[in-house]
Amino acid sequence: MTTQFPRIERLKAKMSAKDESKVGTVKSEEDKATQTSPPNSTKFTNFSATASQWEIYDFYQEEIKRRDQSSLQSIKEEEFEDSLIKIYDIAHLAGLARYMEGKVFHRAYADILYDFKHFEDASDEFRGEKGTLLPLWKFEYDKAKSLSVTALCWDQKHNDLFAVGLGSHEFTQQGGGMLVLYTLRNPNYPEFIFNTVSGIMCVDVHEDLSHLVAVGLYDGCVAVYNLRKKSDEPFWNSRANPGRHKGAVTQVKWQKDDLDSNHNFISVSADGRLVSWTLVKHELVFTDMIKLPVPDTIPENLKDVFSTVGTNLDFHKQKDNFLVGTEYGKIHKGSKFYNKFAETYDAHFMTVTCVKWNPFHPDVFISCGWDWMVKIWDQTMKSPMFTFELEIGAAVTDVAWAPYSSTVFAAVTTEGKVHVFDLNINKYEALCQQKVVSKKTKLLHIEFNPVHPIIIVGDDRGHVTSLKLSPNLRKKPKDKKGQELPMSPEVEKAKLEQLLSLLR
Amino acid sequence: MAEYVDGKKDEADYKRLHSFPLIRHTDMSEEMRVETMELCVTACEKFVSNNENAAKMIKESMDKKFGSSWHVVIGEGFGFEITHEVKNLLYMFFGGGLAVCVWKCS
Repeated sequence: MTTQFPRIERLKAKMSAKDESKVGTVKSEEDKATQTSPPNSTKFTNFSATASQWEIYDFYQEEIKRRDQSSLQSIKEEEFEDSLIKIYDIAHLAGLARYMEGKVFHRAYADILYDFKHFEDASDEFRGEKGTLLPLWKFEYDKAKSLSVTALCWDQKHNDLFAVGLGSHEFTQQGGGMLVLYTLRNPNYPEFIFNTVSGIMCVDVHEDLSHLVAVGLYDGCVAVYNLRKKSDEPFWNSRANPGRHKGAVTQVKWQKDDLDSNHNFISVSADGRLVSWTLVKHELVFTDMIKLPVPDTIPENLKDVFSTVGTNLDFHKQKDNFLVGTEYGKIHKGSKFYNKFAETYDAHFMTVTCVKWNPFHPDVFISCGWDWMVKIWDQTMKSPMFTFELEIGAAVTDVAWAPYSSTVFAAVTTEGKVHVFDLNINKYEALCQQKVVSKKTKLLHIEFNPVHPIIIVGDDRGHVTSLKLSPNLRKKPKDKKGQELPMSPEVEKAKLEQLLSLLR
Repeated sequence: MAEYVDGKKDEADYKRLHSFPLIRHTDMSEEMRVETMELCVTACEKFVSNNENAAKMIKESMDKKFGSSWHVVIGEGFGFEITHEVKNLLYMFFGGGLAVCVWKCS
């Protein structure tokens, strides 16, 4: 018996005492549902990285590479499939085609080649002193038909390669021009062809670096072509240069490399200036050297207006002297380092077309002009040593010394004739006067090959003809015993000196 | 001089060349990956200079589509270390210099 809640206890006793009857208890049910989330089964991992500009860049680059490679792979697979129907690029065959062409010409021109190498005109023995010129090949280029040959230059290194400059001497017939290089191995088609905007007036191939060809143009520009580059444009051009000539450039000549080992050349032009051009990287740097003097007949105040047209230029091989021929018929001798001309020779009555130093004798030079004459000078004397009047009415357009003898030279005229002289044999007459081109064609240039006994002549139809010199024209001097002396510069010089001493 | 100019050109170029979306790391399923990537590209293109809004858009869409709770970071230079639910991470590059990281973790 609890006495804590006495009232409740009394009530309990009362209730239990009262309810004796049984009543069924109703059970009430309730649905209770609940969903529990599964215990944490999601796995978690850590990840770390850095996002920076270079990381992003690098990753992209890799992706691009990966994509390129895979695309290449797929292309290769494609190619492999249609390799059977492949079309070859024509340029592929160029090398082979050239070789074949060479062989074909070897066969086709076999007879001329034989003549070139072995033919010696036996009839020379019966001709006394006279000699002949045997025509070999004729070099012509279709597209050059309307142009005349304005310059010829042999390549000193490759003795069968020569450069032809094509343009026009006529003021009224100025069109484009071309620089074309032929080799004796293929007379049918030039090895190199370059088209120029204006006619070419002169060409010079560098003595040692025969891939550098300098040209002078009618519009006053000078340009240097690099034959090693396969482009149609010259490598260096003076078109934009402030020092460019204002008149046609009549002669360009390469010089020895300067102190900085830059290649340089000198040009003379119709504006009377001699300019030295240096090839510095990709530019032409000009240096005005000297201005040709104006004759005294022109009044003082007009001397600046009139310019003396320089027609020809030649540099001495050993010394720094050079000679310039002018339209007034004078030849000026100057030096690269002095501002004034050392000497002036009254050479011809009309334009001097060519002036050349003798390759062996340091004091002798030859000149020719429109006054039909060829003159040989000693630079110390004011009047010529030898004078030859070639033909009446035929202007002499070019003259060249032979590289094998100090007394042999050849001249060409507007009558289409080549005159070959050997002063050792005949001091008054030509050994050979031969017409080598058809009627009414003027011969404009002549050059001796440095090694072989052939000459090339250029005419005003754009053709170049090669001729072989007969033995009589190539005579070597004989000593007292009648035996041939060995070829040497001293011998040659002595030979010429002997001749000159008779005249002095 | 020519090289300097070329360099500058290259600079501008790479942005153009590298603008395609490129996934750097992911462990999502193919379907989820494609959808998420497209979403990111859309968002970034819509909010070009506003990374916050772009991230907001991505997070909200991801929460709706794939459940809570997603996290999105967009930026050009950041380092991170995160814990994510397996098969729910996408880390990608876009637009030449933007990095987007999307992961799920509740």
